[in-house]
Amino acid sequence: MRLHRVRWERIRRWGAFLAFTAPALALISLLIVLPAMQTVALSFTDKRGAFVGLRNFIEVLSDSDTLNLTGFPPGPPPWGSLVHNAVWIPLHLPLTVGLGLILAVLLERARGATFLKSVIFLGMVTPMIVGGVIIRFLFDENAGVVTAIMRAVGLTALGRSWTAYPETALPALILGSVWLWAGFSMILYSAGLATIPRDYYEAAAVDGAGPLQQFWYITVPSLRPVTMVIVAMTILWELKIFDIVYTATLGGPGGATMVLALQMYFYAFRALEFPRAAAVATMLSLFTLIVGLWFVRTLRSSE
Amino acid sequence: MRRWGRELLINALAWGIGLAWIVPFLGILMSALRPQSELIHGWWQFSSFTISLDNFVKAWNHPTAPMSQGICNSLLVVIPSTILPLFIGAMAAYAMLRFPFPLRDPLFLVIVLLMAIPQQMVAVPLFRFLRDLGLINHYAGLILVHTAWALPWVTLFLRNYFSTLPREIEEAASLDGASRFQIFTRIVLPLSLPGLASAAALQLTWAWNDFFMALILIYDPEKLVATQRIPLLRGQYHIDWGVLTAASILTMSVPILVFALLQRYYIRGLIGWTLK
Repeated sequence: MRLHRVRWERIRRWGAFLAFTAPALALISLLIVLPAMQTVALSFTDKRGAFVGLRNFIEVLSDSDTLNLTGFPPGPPPWGSLVHNAVWIPLHLPLTVGLGLILAVLLERARGATFLKSVIFLGMVTPMIVGGVIIRFLFDENAGVVTAIMRAVGLTALGRSWTAYPETALPALILGSVWLWAGFSMILYSAGLATIPRDYYEAAAVDGAGPLQQFWYITVPSLRPVTMVIVAMTILWELKIFDIVYTATLGGPGGATMVLALQMYFYAFRALEFPRAAAVATMLSLFTLIVGLWFVRTLRSSE
Repeated sequence: MRRWGRELLINALAWGIGLAWIVPFLGILMSALRPQSELIHGWWQFSSFTISLDNFVKAWNHPTAPMSQGICNSLLVVIPSTILPLFIGAMAAYAMLRFPFPLRDPLFLVIVLLMAIPQQMVAVPLFRFLRDLGLINHYAGLILVHTAWALPWVTLFLRNYFSTLPREIEEAASLDGASRFQIFTRIVLPLSLPGLASAAALQLTWAWNDFFMALILIYDPEKLVATQRIPLLRGQYHIDWGVLTAASILTMSVPILVFALLQRYYIRGLIGWTLK
């Protein structure tokens, strides 16, 4: 009798659990998991649905849209979308992470920090589609302030519209994306700094540690977990970059700013080459999932 | 004396960077507010300074891509796209916190992986699926997609938030005969208003700022959301910076307003689900 009741209780609990989670599970499976799996399947087939193994991937990787190393690195882009995404990371990541940390530390002591933080964070609130417009505007020959400064200091080669020339289009986008994204690491670092106990610094000061030593031996190690979050989220953002390229250059000129996400869109919705688009998407997802896995693993091991 | 010098240096650096960061925004604001004739030598020339709302009026009533319509459409999409995932996500988060279930340990991993997937990964099958349902060009489709894509992080965030609530109140209500669902709607949700506000502020901004999902699901020129209209205003050969920057400011004004009003919640939301 008692056993019966326990079992009934269990079923009721399960029923309640399912009722609470069913809508979320249904939506996630139908609109994320299932279509993602279909894309994987699509990437292994040809246009008529026959299995072709890795052919789509080989074709995509041997296409100069994706990989074009003839001019890399001395020549100007296009180097291919895969390389552009890959170049984005080592330039954008240290710049935004470093800048965010410096800003967070500076703003801890500056006057009017709340105002400055809001201003710097504005780039994160702005729709990235507008971010692309602003980047194009900043680097425009007539309207842009960057090109005007370049001309004023005598760098006439950098005085023309950056987004119109293959040599400067990718740097313009990467610099612009630093401007847009720096607020993210700044805000997270500010929050991280606030969690470091004051007495650590006081104890270190008593022991004779200067500000630089305090920064290196207390601040930096205490911010390790935050740094991991920032690095993971930033790499994911860099890999998924789409909107700002769409409005600033549309991947041009001549493919010099093409990135994987935009290439997938062109393959799928302009050229209607679904299997190749699926191969690009699958490749991109592979990279982002590796970043996600790395993030969870390092977070677990640091706990 | 040295201390004073350091203070000055810190302030000068912080304000220098802060002001440099504001310049691009100032630029588009000047470009949108002033007539083109004044901007020939750059928006930073102030020898003559006239403010007019011409560009805003032009962008608002644009003949091919009026921003007035875009902003209304975006609102129609964004409001349900915020309420739905909040409610559904809160239910799931509550169940995951209060019921023992298998897969509890890998839950965090699964959610992070779901958040890592790029939208391009689902684009083609999603388009076909919604087309078969007749939901292309319908906001219902876009809203469901926004909801699904918000659910992983909303659930994770609210699960963490709910875990800070005292359990005793729920147990007391349960003893008084309240059902699970009653406990959830009458006790857990009202107690979680700050957490819900954080999630709402973030999701509202993200849904508003979305471009890709709208791009592949909404084609009808009258139904395009605000972000979709920006590239259309750019023009093929000649850029009318006045109209384009005015439209940009109109589009970004809503997320900026949300941020300004809900700043505390917004930042807590951003930090809350990343820093456990």
